[in-house]
Amino acid sequence: MDASAPQQTRAADGVSRSLIIRNLRKEYRAGVPVLKDVSLTIEGRGLTAIIGPSGTGKSTLIRCINRLVDPTSGEMIFQGQDLATLRGKALRQARRRIGMVFQEYNLVERLTVIENVLCGRLGYVPVWRAWLRKFPAADVDRAFQLLDEVGLGDFANQRADQLSGGQRQRVGIARALMQDPDLILADEPTSSLDPKTSFEIMELIARRAGERDIPVIVNIHNVELGRRFADRIVGMSKGEIVFNGPPAALEEKHLLAIYGGEGWLE
Amino acid sequence: MSTMDLPATPLRRWERFTLAERLGRALFYLIALTAIMWSFKTIEIIPEFLYDAPQQTVDLFARMWPIDWSWYFPVVHPALVETLHIATLGTILAVIMASGVALLVARNITRSPILNFIGRFILVATRSIHSIVWALFFVAVFGPGALAGTLAIAMHSIGFTGKFLSEAIEDARRGPIEALIASGAPPLSILIKGYWPQVKPAFLSISIFRWDINVRESAVLGLVGGGGLGMALDTALANLYWDQAGLVLFVIFIVVVVTEILTTLVRSRII
Amino acid sequence: MTSAAADRRRAFPPNWPLRIGLLVLAIYVVYAAQILDITWTRFLIGIEHGERFLSRMFPPDFSHDKLQLLYAGMMESLQIAILATVFGTAISLPLGLASARNISPAPIAWAARLFIVLCRTFHPLIVAILFVKAVGFGALAGILALTVASVGFISKLVGEATEEMSMKQVEAVRATGASFMSVIIMGVMPQVMARFIGFIAYELDSNLRNSALVGLVGGGGIGATLFTAFQRFDYDFVLTIVISIIAIVMVGEILSGFMRRLFQ
Repeated sequence: MDASAPQQTRAADGVSRSLIIRNLRKEYRAGVPVLKDVSLTIEGRGLTAIIGPSGTGKSTLIRCINRLVDPTSGEMIFQGQDLATLRGKALRQARRRIGMVFQEYNLVERLTVIENVLCGRLGYVPVWRAWLRKFPAADVDRAFQLLDEVGLGDFANQRADQLSGGQRQRVGIARALMQDPDLILADEPTSSLDPKTSFEIMELIARRAGERDIPVIVNIHNVELGRRFADRIVGMSKGEIVFNGPPAALEEKHLLAIYGGEGWLE
Repeated sequence: MSTMDLPATPLRRWERFTLAERLGRALFYLIALTAIMWSFKTIEIIPEFLYDAPQQTVDLFARMWPIDWSWYFPVVHPALVETLHIATLGTILAVIMASGVALLVARNITRSPILNFIGRFILVATRSIHSIVWALFFVAVFGPGALAGTLAIAMHSIGFTGKFLSEAIEDARRGPIEALIASGAPPLSILIKGYWPQVKPAFLSISIFRWDINVRESAVLGLVGGGGLGMALDTALANLYWDQAGLVLFVIFIVVVVTEILTTLVRSRII
Repeated sequence: MTSAAADRRRAFPPNWPLRIGLLVLAIYVVYAAQILDITWTRFLIGIEHGERFLSRMFPPDFSHDKLQLLYAGMMESLQIAILATVFGTAISLPLGLASARNISPAPIAWAARLFIVLCRTFHPLIVAILFVKAVGFGALAGILALTVASVGFISKLVGEATEEMSMKQVEAVRATGASFMSVIIMGVMPQVMARFIGFIAYELDSNLRNSALVGLVGGGGIGATLFTAFQRFDYDFVLTIVISIIAIVMVGEILSGFMRRLFQ
């Protein structure tokens, strides 16, 4: 119901945007943990890239944060709340402060581009506005602005399924920004894209979030892209964090620890 | 960039639909709403009947329960067998007749638009008249009994079966057929050796699907004199033997469930 | 429906399975016909009856009082069909969504499925008989019976359409913090709505057709008119009624096609 004007800098209520994860554990099947006791502090700004081989729990970690996956145990402190224990309305209100960009864009394909961007306001507007597609005028205007920002100003009324992969991901980014998030999660945002588009998308996420001082957590399997855009790299292997530091500190031995084996480095 | 600043240009607006679309929809909603209101206002419902509806419903089930199983072998079992025969025989008849009509309708077999149209008309007309109405006709002509029921099932099924059969025939690929034509095969051979192998899976699947429907339909045809379980139900209802009616309903339920499982199994085997 | 088997060219061997199948079928037909007491003589007698019957049907009776009866019956049938579609649709959308295992908790989904199966099992005519007993003769019994049939049909299709939709799109909407209803409206409905509209159009069509049926057992509408005409041997009026049913059903098919295009 809060359709008030969004803030651009630090959260208006002065609450920090940092995220503290403590002892997070997730088992899909009892006794087989995908995440083993992960503890991690994400500063309230900058881009954190999580790298690691597939199947290592990167995606699970990200999805635990906005509770698309429920963690088995542990806590995630964000803005004074433990995300792990939230339910119902409190969970939805926490989710609307956390934008998410997906690997396969996950746009609602039969909706138009602008409707997809406006989906970012669903946590704020009452149901009848969604039903009648009568979003507050300020939201609509801002959706257009965001589309301009991601370079899709002319595509507002196209259906999402008519866009290319890169364009869809741009809409996904606009949708996340539309939430006025205090944190953006990106789950392999570039794995379905070609190298050039991947670069553009990463740059777009880093720049648009940086302007707004929104911290970003990105899962990325492309180490070079991660190094290029991240302020911090977290390396994961077999459900555990094995590296945590600035990109410059990431050396070959760390990569060996993360990905194991040697042959692939050459 | 912030919307906290007063925008220099007026806010950009957005509407989900164009004006014409909105008008079209508004008109449609208006018509729909009018039709619904009209239906509500003018339909004749006798309120007195409504007051004791819950009581009547309870009464209905109280009379059906306990079900009188002793009626099964003397009355219901023969009716059940008759229903199954009506459904099966009706389906066979329908498939035979529908095959003829389907050949008439399929444009790759019959090249005359007039014949196509006649075929199409037969399909639509037989389908539009419900099997119960067909049964009323045939009961008037042949008298009550299984013959009327079988013919009703057969006639009504022509439309459905013929429609899907003709589509299957039109979907047949030209390649093998042209090869046969080139080898100088007579028309009947082309039909049997060229079309039949391609149409066969669809043919079987359509027949089985229709049989499943026909079992349900033949179970009620007896209400107008078409024989089978419906006749047993009608007799029970006319005599107010509710426990017997309950038994018939139970048997119908079982038969419907079993045929559905059976057809699903058979179809997964042959397709 | 083309099969790969069609590619295999054979040198025309005799098709034994087919021949045996046809033989078995022929034996069955003879056997079943005997069981059902279907005989050639009965058939011939019937044909003779049929001739008289047909001659009494032509020409159809278009006299003024009959047309009034026809009009009243048709209007009632139309009302029954409209109201049954409205109620059926109103129940079917939530019920169908509830029966979809990908958005609804398992116990609710199974309960909804069981209910849908029950609605589908019995022929509308049988349901109508039960409702006639419960709420008395007339249109209400017809409406209720057709509502049950609509619910059984549309809910099942809505449930299937919902289970086929992409959960990724729904997940993304859920991740924005949208409430359950908003997720349904922006994440689920866009994916199932186009098909749902098609189902409604089809259902209106089929309710119109079936409303001619429920009248036969006391559910009101044109079916009642038709049944009375049969009982009175007014076969020329019967023909009038049947012709108008076919005409109405055809108009309905055209209209529902139009409706589908409007909401594509």
